[in-house]
Amino acid sequence: MKYKVNEKGYYGDFGGAYIPEMLYPNVEELRQNYLKIIDDADFQKEFHQLLKDYVGRPSPLYLAKRYSERYGANIFLKREDLNHTGAHKINNTIGQILLAEKLGKKRIIAETGAGQHGVATATVCALRNLECVIYMGEVDIERQAPNVARMKMLGAKVVPASSGSKTLKDATNEAMRDWINNPVDTHYIIGSVVGPHPYPDMVAIFQSIISEETKKQLLEQTGSDQPDYVLACVGGGSNAMGMFYHFMDDENVKLIAVEAAGKGVSSGFSAATTYLGKEGVLHGSRSILMQTEDGQVVEPHSVSAGLDYPGIGPQHAHLFKTGRGQYVSITDEESLEAGLLCTQLEGIIPAIESAHALAYLEKMEFKGGENVVVCLSGRGDKDLDTYIKYFNL
Amino acid sequence: MNRIKKLFQEKKNILSIYYTAGYPNTGDTIQIAEALEKSGADMLEIGFPYSDPVADGPVIQASSKQSLDQGMTLKLLFEQLKDLRKKVTIPVLLMGYVNPVLQFGVEKFCEACAEVGVDGCIVPDLPMVEYEEFYKDCFEKHNLSNVFLITPQTAEERIHKIDGLTNGFIYLLSSSATTGKNLEVGNTTEAYFSRIKNLNLKNPTMIGFGISDKQTFDKACSYANGAIIGTAFVKAIADGNLEESVSNFMKKFKA
Repeated sequence: MKYKVNEKGYYGDFGGAYIPEMLYPNVEELRQNYLKIIDDADFQKEFHQLLKDYVGRPSPLYLAKRYSERYGANIFLKREDLNHTGAHKINNTIGQILLAEKLGKKRIIAETGAGQHGVATATVCALRNLECVIYMGEVDIERQAPNVARMKMLGAKVVPASSGSKTLKDATNEAMRDWINNPVDTHYIIGSVVGPHPYPDMVAIFQSIISEETKKQLLEQTGSDQPDYVLACVGGGSNAMGMFYHFMDDENVKLIAVEAAGKGVSSGFSAATTYLGKEGVLHGSRSILMQTEDGQVVEPHSVSAGLDYPGIGPQHAHLFKTGRGQYVSITDEESLEAGLLCTQLEGIIPAIESAHALAYLEKMEFKGGENVVVCLSGRGDKDLDTYIKYFNL
Repeated sequence: MNRIKKLFQEKKNILSIYYTAGYPNTGDTIQIAEALEKSGADMLEIGFPYSDPVADGPVIQASSKQSLDQGMTLKLLFEQLKDLRKKVTIPVLLMGYVNPVLQFGVEKFCEACAEVGVDGCIVPDLPMVEYEEFYKDCFEKHNLSNVFLITPQTAEERIHKIDGLTNGFIYLLSSSATTGKNLEVGNTTEAYFSRIKNLNLKNPTMIGFGISDKQTFDKACSYANGAIIGTAFVKAIADGNLEESVSNFMKKFKA
């Protein structure tokens, strides 16, 4: 329980539910019911059946040979990119759509940055025949056009968020506003381990399938279920939390979370939250966020729309503050170079988000023979345009 | 006695006006307060702007953004309010989101409010449990009312809990909505207002969100001790002569 949520919805100093009264009944309804619903045997059966037959789980744990040669360590890639819809996001949306049905909700809303969570939400809404509205920053709509088209094909309404930086944070604000205005019939599927309690815990539980499978797969492949390192990229931090979840209490497993440095942590164009941020409240929980001295949220920058968020989930803040997790950052350029390297070494085009995690391998020093798991959280099809422009392909 | 308590003891049909500090121009905060009192406002809610105001509609959000872009901060607001009590006698509350308060420091914030003569606060995203556990003593020490919101979805047990914690008035949201929606008093709203009225709460109630004219104001007053106007006022002072805009706007309610 050291790193898990307590009964008040906190991870150490972080978490809680800082929401206006208009959202209290919705969040309270969730808080009172989510564990009961998730723990129910029928729910678990349906959830795992869908993960298996619809999403394509378990996702492989792939020993990347050429990476391993390059770094002198056993580099395993947890292939979330092979999930249906192309990223880890679907693990959570499958869970939340089943939960929303149990709560009797008829309408689903979500926010999205890169579009992966939006696509995953639109997908499960199509699957379960529920109305779906996705909020997405105007800037992101432009840079993630294929995902916008996918959401529309799936029957979702995509609403542009035109306030602030017109990216993920503003899409989140708009989705929260929608929820305030539609308190009874609507469920808000938050896509990361952020938001008021119980969202961070609920999303972490649904994403924990990543580390649950990894442990089994590692045991089969290496004889031990404990690697030396696990690495994952962090925007809000849902793939990282899923990747860390079942390793958090294995204190000898080093957890490395890779944030987006953007154009450099001191450039003024960055999303390296733990480096630049301080404690505060954003989107319903107390965590670490990038803000001015006056408590105004600073607009982040990253080449990857999925990491372009000024905060991190409260559980990450706790792992960071206690030193259990090591929080590092990678620049836009380093991530794009790592994306190309992964493509050429392993024949896998990673999402630029995931390429941030891969890029950190270049900065690590291995003694030799260590087991390292990197969460390959998503595939790079959606990012081809960015790759094309950067590499003049 | 706290000015808010005194006002509710002395007066019915209270008209409270919300406006954003530093809007339309940074230096307007006090001038608007004076003009409002002169034109007959009974109480003021001065909003301190925040970059991510989830409970606000587009009009108030835009006013906050303009104010922030022009350099408004909480520190600057308290400097502007230094002479507040030389110029304004009606109760004044500050309204805003919790993060700027946390960064300013809760203790320091309460002290500053007391120093300039602010009577209460409305911080919609400050959870009741946090307030009770960490901040209540500080607010009370500085004679500050803390006002909580309730909506049609707020359960009765919670309303009583809020009534126990509040020591100014209860902010009754006309519907579960962001700011700036029009009040439509149908059967459901009427039933909700009546339900609250019949709870015989110890605190007075003010209805807010969706009040924009004399008709909606009067309607609200038939169920509560008064009403709060925000979006309609912020719209009205967007441009033109400030004194004139304020006076023209207030005339609508005094007819």
